Amino acid sequence: MIKLPGFLHGRHGGLAGILILAAILMIVMPAMLDLYRLNLAGRYLTYAFVAVGLVLCWGYGGILSLGQGIFFGVGGYAMAMFLKLEASDPESTRIQTTPGIPDFMDWNRITELPWFWVPFNSLTFTIIAVLVLPAAFAFVIGYAMFKRRVSGVYFAIITQALAVVLTILIVGQQGYTGGINGITDLRTLKGWDIRDDSAQYLLYYLNATLLIGCVLLGRWVLNGKYGRILTALRDREDRVRFSGYDVANFKVFIFCLAAFMSGIGGAMFTLQVGFMSPSFVGIVPSIEFVIFAAVGGRLSLLGGVYGALLVSYAKTMFAEAYPQLWQVMIGAVFILVVLVLPYGLASVYQRYGKRAVAKLKGSRHPGDTPTPPAASVVPGARRDATAKAGSALPHDSVTEGRP
Amino acid sequence: MGGFSAQDLTAIFVMQGFAGLSFFSVLLLMALGLAIIYGQMRVINMAHGEFMVIGAYATYLLTSALRHLPGGLDVSVFLAIPVAFLAAFVVGYFIEWLLIRHLYHRPLDTLLATWGLALIMQQGFRSAFGAREVSVPVPDWLRGSYRPTMMIDIPLNGLAIMLLTVLVTVAVWWFLYRSRWGLRVRCTTANREMSGAVGINTKRVDRMTFAIGCGIAGIAGAAFTTISSTGPTSGSLYIVDTFLVVVFGGAGSLVGTIASAFSIAQAQSIMEFFMGGSMAKVLTLLTVIGILLLRPEGLVASKVRR
Repeated sequence: MIKLPGFLHGRHGGLAGILILAAILMIVMPAMLDLYRLNLAGRYLTYAFVAVGLVLCWGYGGILSLGQGIFFGVGGYAMAMFLKLEASDPESTRIQTTPGIPDFMDWNRITELPWFWVPFNSLTFTIIAVLVLPAAFAFVIGYAMFKRRVSGVYFAIITQALAVVLTILIVGQQGYTGGINGITDLRTLKGWDIRDDSAQYLLYYLNATLLIGCVLLGRWVLNGKYGRILTALRDREDRVRFSGYDVANFKVFIFCLAAFMSGIGGAMFTLQVGFMSPSFVGIVPSIEFVIFAAVGGRLSLLGGVYGALLVSYAKTMFAEAYPQLWQVMIGAVFILVVLVLPYGLASVYQRYGKRAVAKLKGSRHPGDTPTPPAASVVPGARRDATAKAGSALPHDSVTEGRP
Repeated sequence: MGGFSAQDLTAIFVMQGFAGLSFFSVLLLMALGLAIIYGQMRVINMAHGEFMVIGAYATYLLTSALRHLPGGLDVSVFLAIPVAFLAAFVVGYFIEWLLIRHLYHRPLDTLLATWGLALIMQQGFRSAFGAREVSVPVPDWLRGSYRPTMMIDIPLNGLAIMLLTVLVTVAVWWFLYRSRWGLRVRCTTANREMSGAVGINTKRVDRMTFAIGCGIAGIAGAAFTTISSTGPTSGSLYIVDTFLVVVFGGAGSLVGTIASAFSIAQAQSIMEFFMGGSMAKVLTLLTVIGILLLRPEGLVASKVRR
C-alpha cells in the first residue's frame, strides 16, 4: 500500500472535501460571478484565512483569541505601506510641501519619512514582513501569556484589549498611519496596476491558491503527532503537562500559526480591495472572525472557509436589502449557532450529509455517523471524543478548569 | 513636567483626579454588575454595556415624561435610579431565561452569544430611540460646581454620582456578604451540586444573580446620563474597560474590583491631561495588561479552591 503524505488523508476528512472546495473557488465562482461579485468573494476569502487560523487555535487548541484583527491588520498594513510608498513617488506627489512621502503625512505636516516606513520601500522586505511580523507579534503575546499560564477567558479579554490598543494607536497617530481613514488610494505593485480586470482575476486566483495552501498546512499540522497533543491539551491540559510536555510551547506555536495565516489574509485583503483601515483591526472585526469560524464549525478547517464566505455574503445581502435589520439578523444567527449548533455547519454535515453520501454509495457503515454532542444536554458527561472524521470534540467544562 | 508650577500641578491633579472619580464611578458601577455575573457565575456578558444603555434610556424616558410637571425634574432624579434598575433587571431576568441558562458550562460560548445579543439590542435602541444621542436634563441644583480655590472647579453632579456609587457599593456588599440571598449565591459559586443537595434552588439563584448584575448596570446607566449623552452604541465603548477592571481586580473580589476601577480611572484621567486621551488610554491598557501578566489572578485573588 502506498503511503500518502499526511495532509491527503487521515482523521480530518478525505481529499474530496479539498477538491470540492478548490473546484468551487477556482471554477464555479469565477464562472458564475461577475467581476464585482468575484472581487467581493475574494475579499470574503481573505477573512477565511483568519477563520482557518481560528479553527486551529480555538477549535483544536482551545485558545479563543479575540484579537485576530491585530494580525490581519499587521499583514494588511505591511502590504499597504509598500503600495502607498510606490503610489507616492516624487513625480505624482509634486504638489505636496514635501514630495515623495504619502499624502496623509504631508497633511499632518510631517516632512520626512518615519524610520519604520523606510524598509517598506523594498518588496522583498514587505513580503517577509507580511509572513513574519504577525507571527512575531503572536509569539511575543503568546509567549508572555502561555508561560504565565494565562488562558481561557483571561486570554480572550487580554487579546481583545490589545486589539483596542492597536486601533487607538492607529487612529491616534494619524501622521504615521493614515488615522481613521487608513491607507487609501493604492494603485500599483511594481508598476503593475492592481485595479484593472486581469489583475483582479489574477489576485483572486492567487488568494484562493494561498487559502487552499493554508487549509492543507492546517491539515498537515492536525494529522501529525502535534495535532493529537493539541487536542489532548485542549481537553486535559494538566494531564498533558504531567506527561512531560511543555504545554506553553505547543500553545504558542498554534497561536503563531493562526497569526501567520491571518497576516497573509490581511495582505491579500489590501491587494484586492486597495486600502487598509483600522476598521479591520479592532474589536468588531476580531469578533466577526470568530463568528465565521463558529458558524462554519470550529472543528472544521473547510467549515471555516465556508463560514467566512456564507456569513460575509449574508451580511452584505442583508445590509443591501434591509439596512435596518442586518445587525439583528447577524446577531440572531450568532446566538442560534451557539445555542443550537455549537459545532457549526460542519456538524450538520457530519450528522446528515455523511449518511446521505453513504446512502448514495449504497454502502452504509453504521459506525460512520458520529453525532456531534448536544453539549447543552449533558454537562460534564463524557462524550464520544474519538468519533471519526475530525469530530474530536472539546470537553468544555474541563477546558475552563472546573473539576 | 516642565512649564507647570507646583500650584498648577496640584490644581491639575485635583481636577483631573476628580474627573477621574466620575469616570471611576461609572466604571465601578458597570464593573460591580459584571463582577457579580462573571465572578459568581462565570458568564461573560458582552451585552453588559447594552444593559447600561437600557438604564440610561429608562432615565431619559422618565425625565421626558415628568419634566413638564412642576418639580417633576427634581423627583425624576431620585426616581430614575430605581426605574433604571428595574428596567435592566427585568430585561436581564428575561434574557437569562431565554439564553444564558443554556450556556452555563460553556463560558467562552456565553461570550459569543451575548455578543450577538449586544448587536440585536443596539439595533433595537436605534430603532426605538434613533441613532442620535439623547441627553437628559439635569435639575438646576445639580448643575453648579464647588470651588474650594480659584483654580479648582468641581462639578456637583460628579459629587452626586460619587455618593450614588458609594451607596450602591455598600448595597452590593451587604447583598453578597450579609443577606440570605448572597449566602445562596456564594454557596452556589463554591459548589453547585452540594448547594442543590442542601435545598438551594440553584437555577433561581442564577437567574436572580444575573438579573441583579444587569440591574446594577442599569444604575450605572442612570449615572451615565449625568456625565454624557446616550446613544445606541454608548455601552460598547465601556465594555472592554469594564472587563479589564473585573479581570484586573481579581474576579469575585469586591475590594479588588473597587481598587482596580479606581486605579484604571485615575491613571487614565491624569495621564489624559499630559498626553491626550488616546495615548493615555493606550498606556493605561498596556500597563494593566503588563500587570496582569505578572499577576494573572488579578490584584486580589479569591481564596476559593477550584
